[in-house]
Amino acid sequence: MKDLIKLANLPISDEQAKSLESAFSETLEVFKNLTDLDISQTEPTNQVTGQENVLREDKIDEDRMLTQSQALQSAKHTHEGFFVVPRLIDEK
Amino acid sequence: MKNNLHKLTLKKALAQIQSGETTAKKIYADCFSQIEAGNKDLNVFLSTNSPTSMKQFENPETTLQNCPIAVKDNICIENEVTTAASTVLEDYKPAYSATLIDNLKLHGGAVIGKTNLDAWAHGSSTETSQFGRTLNPRNPKYLPGGSSGGSAAAVAADMCTAAIGTETAGSIRQPASWCGVVGLKPTYGRVSRYGVIAMASSTDSPGPITKTVEDAAIMLACLAGHDSKDGTTTNQAVPDYVSLLQKSISGLKIGIMYQDIPGLKIANPYVLAAAKVLESLGAKVELVNALDPKYAVSVYTIVQRAEVSSNLARFDGIRFGNDRSYFGDEARRRILLGTHTLRKGYAEKYYQVAQKTRTLFIEDFSRLFSSYDVLISPTSPSFAEPIGASEDSVMFGELADMLLEPSSIAGLPGISVPCFHDEKTNLYLGLNIMAPAWREDLVLQVAHAYEINTDWNSWRKDNND
Amino acid sequence: MRMKSIQTGTPGEKITMTNQKYQLVCGMEVHAELKTNSKMFCGCKNDPFHAEKPNIYTCPVCLGLPGALPVANKQAIEWTIKLGLALGCKINLFSKFDRKHYFYPDLPKGYQISQYDLPFCYDGKIETELGTVRIHRIHLEEDTGKLLHKTVNGEQVSLIDFNRSSVPLIEIVTEPDITTAAHAAAYGKQLRKILQYLDIANCDMEQGGMRLEANVSLRPVGETELPNYKTEIKNINSFRFLEQAIDFEIDRQAELLANNQIVSQETRGWNSVKQVTYSQRSKEDAEDYRYFPDPDIPPIRFTEEQIAAIRETIPELPSAIATRWQQEYGIEPNMIEQIIVNTTVSRQYDKLFTNAKNEGISVASLLKNILSKKVPSPLEAGAEQTLLQFKELQKTDVVDDTQLIAIVNKVLTENPDISAKYFSGQKQVIGFVMGQILRELPKKSDPAQVREAIITQLEATK
Repeated sequence: MKDLIKLANLPISDEQAKSLESAFSETLEVFKNLTDLDISQTEPTNQVTGQENVLREDKIDEDRMLTQSQALQSAKHTHEGFFVVPRLIDEK
Repeated sequence: MKNNLHKLTLKKALAQIQSGETTAKKIYADCFSQIEAGNKDLNVFLSTNSPTSMKQFENPETTLQNCPIAVKDNICIENEVTTAASTVLEDYKPAYSATLIDNLKLHGGAVIGKTNLDAWAHGSSTETSQFGRTLNPRNPKYLPGGSSGGSAAAVAADMCTAAIGTETAGSIRQPASWCGVVGLKPTYGRVSRYGVIAMASSTDSPGPITKTVEDAAIMLACLAGHDSKDGTTTNQAVPDYVSLLQKSISGLKIGIMYQDIPGLKIANPYVLAAAKVLESLGAKVELVNALDPKYAVSVYTIVQRAEVSSNLARFDGIRFGNDRSYFGDEARRRILLGTHTLRKGYAEKYYQVAQKTRTLFIEDFSRLFSSYDVLISPTSPSFAEPIGASEDSVMFGELADMLLEPSSIAGLPGISVPCFHDEKTNLYLGLNIMAPAWREDLVLQVAHAYEINTDWNSWRKDNND
Repeated sequence: MRMKSIQTGTPGEKITMTNQKYQLVCGMEVHAELKTNSKMFCGCKNDPFHAEKPNIYTCPVCLGLPGALPVANKQAIEWTIKLGLALGCKINLFSKFDRKHYFYPDLPKGYQISQYDLPFCYDGKIETELGTVRIHRIHLEEDTGKLLHKTVNGEQVSLIDFNRSSVPLIEIVTEPDITTAAHAAAYGKQLRKILQYLDIANCDMEQGGMRLEANVSLRPVGETELPNYKTEIKNINSFRFLEQAIDFEIDRQAELLANNQIVSQETRGWNSVKQVTYSQRSKEDAEDYRYFPDPDIPPIRFTEEQIAAIRETIPELPSAIATRWQQEYGIEPNMIEQIIVNTTVSRQYDKLFTNAKNEGISVASLLKNILSKKVPSPLEAGAEQTLLQFKELQKTDVVDDTQLIAIVNKVLTENPDISAKYFSGQKQVIGFVMGQILRELPKKSDPAQVREAIITQLEATK
């Protein structure tokens, strides 16, 4: 569970994790019925529309591009046109 | 409000504006009064646009002629707060609008406000909203359903002329059923998802929630169509849904699903009664056997949790919104489960098995649609649940939507229309009508025939239809 | 103590104590940004290195805003296949994009759209002068944003610029066929040339337009099994650093192995100042990318005809050009090496060489003069002008015989030992005399004429 919380990047206390754990196994229990069905000859469905090759031409779409201030408008921390986060690595 | 313009169906409202009998501004004002009177108790809207803030109303040359439309708050509108009912986005103002909002505005829809939902559309009750649950306007001791509970309630409470919701598996049809309104889930890919905050990307389908089936047809025609920004939308032409409504259903073959499923004792008899009505209109009705929807619960839950865990990864508080500590319990549960089912060593057991089983459902529908034009079932096993009910089970939503999950994972269109009204509780049951992909016209046609030949629709009398 | 490898210039021959016991097992992963007009999954301008300001080439898609959806760039896909075909790869006619999940502030969606089990291209090879390197796969993905580590108002922060976010990025993965550090560099250089000839990537290494990664491990000499570990040296931005880093790793790992220590599975970086690799991230933090097919992007299917049409667009590649020039004009490979830049440059030289050959001019001599800058290159001056100037350079004046003989005799008189040396068989003294005489001549003279005059005069004094 700890690994999972880390992998999911969720800031959860140990106590909260414990309460989530029971819900977790309850849900996994439901999935067991899938073993009833024979899927040995079945291909997976990742998309239902059956569409293929939906591609864009290599053109610049100015209409959709945002100005710098629009790009930054919802960020809590910015500096001179950049988004800001606490230092990620120590300078080597 | 002496004109009761808020009670007008969309069709009637458009006719009255057209004839000069009333104006969109007056209709908007009446709906807004309705919000002011009821929203405090019912918590339907998370944000509203007051009539004075509206710039529109002067452009009648459009389909919707500036009628007030409620929009689920997981749909982005440029520079208007869009929260998905989560505190992660409590103050988020998108830099762009969803394509369906552009389409809505192009057709003259006036957004009267953004409606409550289960946070991130995770749920079938609105009880997971981080801004409080919505109450069912038909009976406030009960839930409106969800996740588009706010939009369904807004229609039921006449706080708008029509509304827009989104469905991943039941989120339009189930609250429509519980609130006694009409909810249309289009084929996956019929209405653009661009700008709709993703829940499960492979099944998300925005669609209308309305007072009547005709209103749903009018709204769908405004929202549907290819979008070059959404690669999963179809290139197919959008049929004239409104005129196709008038086609007779005589000779159509209709299959009745799930009469053999235990636990549907409440709803199933009303589906049979509805089948009788359709039969009396010339349709051929038969009971059919279908793959047990309990497997769809597993397939849907696995696929949806996996996609949720992925889709919510972008919420890191850097470019917008608050950080990941703001997620509520339901979102956390789903992220963790989805992360788990995609992990090395587990993906084979969960995600891949689910996607294969999904194919079985698609094949099962192909088989059924080779013999039947449409399929019907209950929308929900029962009436609206009392408030607090969703807290009893972590699988509340999935079980409430069990009958809708097969068609959702197959991407098929479906509509819920009221098929029973309980006088004592003032609550409704819904009839779910499904058709092959891209055949919303058939779904609407059958639903319309059923609606005008029964008395369950609460607006038809008021509007003298 | 680390033993310094001795670079002898002939790869595979450098001798260190450790190298006698262990041999290198190395595969590479190279990332290159494609030079499309627009980004991979949206219509934003793809020009991150020339953007005047941060975050000006973004949109809801490449910023990962809620609700935004990707649509794949057709050109980028076709170029990836073009590269695959150029490297002799097989092409997956049916392919798709997958989501690769990890959290990092420069990755806006919390996943990178990449390709997992169905890359566009697989099973190819690149020939280098130091041996063949098989290509395992080539796939297409999107680049991340760029991080800058700064101190702002006394606070240690990282700044993020998303101009680069979602720029199309190809990843070329080799089999572990690389046997020396020089081999790795040769592979990288050859790959870069091919990318430039295909005109699909600028490969600006300084800016990060091409990034090198080497997976390095060692096994005892004679062993054929792959080692059970590997270290990944990441984000190397020059071929020199690549060689240095691999050589450093060979020695570091050999020493650990020789001391019966375990080489840990990890990602390492190269510190070019200290000339060492350093641990960045332990692989024990089980990387688990939770791949699944991106539901937003329908799969891609090509027909054989479409692949054939892409194949038609492949220009003559560097190795073919080099062979042709060598055979047709007798130019030395090391000279060819210097003018293999891209298709445009090669076309210019081809035009020049053809014209030269038609006029009976030695192409090898012409190229020698271009490389020594005696005549301008056809890129600077155009093929016609280059040829004209070369001919001008070759032009010699017929010197008046009387004047020439007078100077020859003067020099021979001043250097009386020359005659003796010449007649004792040291014919090379003529070269010395020629140098002196040419310097004294007023005009540019034909060396053959001068040489003849010297011999005549020497024979006359016999």
